[in-house]
Amino acid sequence: MITAVVVYRHRSISSPKVSGGAIAITERAASRRRRVFVEHAQAYLFLIPAIAFLGLFKILPAFYAIYISLFRWDVVQGAFRGLDNYFDILWQNSTRAQAFWQSLSTTVTYALITVPIEIALALVVAYVLFQKLRGRDIYRTIYYLPYVTSTVAAATVFSAVFHPQFGLVNTLLGSIGIRGLTWYQEPDGVFQMLGNALGFAVPDWSAGPSLALVGVAIFSIWHFLGFQILIFLGGLGNIPFEYYEAAKLDGANQWQLFRRITLPLLSPQIFFVFTIASIGVLRAFNEIFVLTNGGPLDTTRTVTMLLFRTFFQQGQIGLGSAIGVLLTILILAFTLIQFGVFERRVTYT
Amino acid sequence: MNTPQVLPRVITRRPVRPRLPPVTSTVFKHLVLIVVGAVVAYPFYFMVTTALKDFFEATANPPTLFPTSLHFENYVEAWSRQPWARYFANTVFIAAATVGGEIVIAILAAYAFAQMNFRGKNVLFALFLATYMMPSEATLIPNFVMMSKAPPGVNPLFPIPRLNLYDTYAAQILPFLASAFSVFLLRQQFLAIPRELRDAAVIDGAGHLRFLWSIVLPLSVPALVTVAILSFYASWNSFLWPFIVTSSEAVRPVQVGLNAFRAEAGSQYHLLMAASSFVVAPIVLLYLIGQRFLVQGVARTGIRG
Repeated sequence: MITAVVVYRHRSISSPKVSGGAIAITERAASRRRRVFVEHAQAYLFLIPAIAFLGLFKILPAFYAIYISLFRWDVVQGAFRGLDNYFDILWQNSTRAQAFWQSLSTTVTYALITVPIEIALALVVAYVLFQKLRGRDIYRTIYYLPYVTSTVAAATVFSAVFHPQFGLVNTLLGSIGIRGLTWYQEPDGVFQMLGNALGFAVPDWSAGPSLALVGVAIFSIWHFLGFQILIFLGGLGNIPFEYYEAAKLDGANQWQLFRRITLPLLSPQIFFVFTIASIGVLRAFNEIFVLTNGGPLDTTRTVTMLLFRTFFQQGQIGLGSAIGVLLTILILAFTLIQFGVFERRVTYT
Repeated sequence: MNTPQVLPRVITRRPVRPRLPPVTSTVFKHLVLIVVGAVVAYPFYFMVTTALKDFFEATANPPTLFPTSLHFENYVEAWSRQPWARYFANTVFIAAATVGGEIVIAILAAYAFAQMNFRGKNVLFALFLATYMMPSEATLIPNFVMMSKAPPGVNPLFPIPRLNLYDTYAAQILPFLASAFSVFLLRQQFLAIPRELRDAAVIDGAGHLRFLWSIVLPLSVPALVTVAILSFYASWNSFLWPFIVTSSEAVRPVQVGLNAFRAEAGSQYHLLMAASSFVVAPIVLLYLIGQRFLVQGVARTGIRG
């Protein structure tokens, strides 16, 4: 993690107080000024490449994104529209606004499935893995493997593993009597399907996330589990062992040790994983693109997917850019929360 | 400028790791870890074994756990269906250029922030921090517009500069040459270089470049390797950006190539898995070799890709 702490260096200015004569002093001052100038110039020289590239591809485009979003811009730049693109997306009672709010709700649902399970599972695995066990390194190597694998390749594999006819998942489910799940092609809500299977009707508003979205969430959990484990293992390593010993002397049991020592002292890592996993969900694109391409019936069309479709497939660059700005604001909110909390943590200790 | 080896190694700090008290029996713990490990590893196993099955076995219901006969020719066929050699060459070139450029640029900037005094340092640092927080989604569309050619006959008051680099290597390299993240990581490392070393170097008459080259960099090898590996991963696995800024096979990287092959292969999963295997293989190999650096890098920085 990068904390926003700027380290000030002392400027070791030796005061030319005593040594001989006014001329010597001015000469020395002049040479010092020259040295300072050279140092500054050199520093800027060192920074020019980074500033140039960051400026051209990060800073300027951030402003261009807002600029583009103020125009009707379908392939070519059209008329200035002010905030009308935003109005269309957010307020106008149009299909566009419906699409945006639906995609936002899909994204939130996706996050609600993915993030808690990711955290809970990683916490358990990290807690077990942290203890003295034979073969820890082998386990760890395996757990981190999905994280380094490219999303496109891994998602391609998942689409086969979850294949309705010959995928392993349906074969296993078939052996316990669950048949015919179509996973990444299934637009029906999981609660609705459960209700149908058990023989009662579930109202539309509680149909739940589509099975396809649940499938995408399973992929995300699989893909990022290793990362969360890694972060938690780091956090566990920072907890002083004496705390456990003292608690044990006081007669604490295993659950109390975990609940009263591990969990609170791991809260910075849990919070960090929560924010970064939420950001990850907001930004997720490749897995959705490969597994469902936003379908079936738009049930996996997250905000990022909507952005991609609007901008790239429909060529509506102005509207797409407005969605991009809104998405950026969402992501930045999580980033700022993360940074803010971390700074406070740092000053605590 | 002598005896840098007596210095403490600043980056590979291994915390003394006291164990947690045991929760339950060792058997149970292994059971948990093995079940999770099997679920995590199965897709890889599936990929490698399915790549060796023939078409009928690959689409058999129920799936076979082991291939009944090994069909290594699947790899040959998958390889021949797309210009993979070209894709790999493209990806290696793009990744190498990105990593090389990024590391040089980051070293210089990080050194300036860590070891030099200049006016506006804090402002500039804040600016770098801001770009670090800016997600790539924010710049996706404007960068795409900048890469493409200006359409004729449109003269807006404030035109966006056009680099006219659509479907080139440059479009896939230039936007990633400056990474605020790498600058931060290296700056942390360079800050840990003791002040006395700089003073000694100055007394010996060394300038900044010489100090950087002969003292700072040799002391920072682990951090540099970490930056290089993380940057290489990002470059190798990147998909969305190359997907939208390339159209021809001549500059297409492997991830976009795999996506193209996905559309072409349809339900020929044995070929798709063969192709996925060779797209994944180099990066998994790199992971197994450089695991220490990658794990450290991720643990220290919390980058999630």
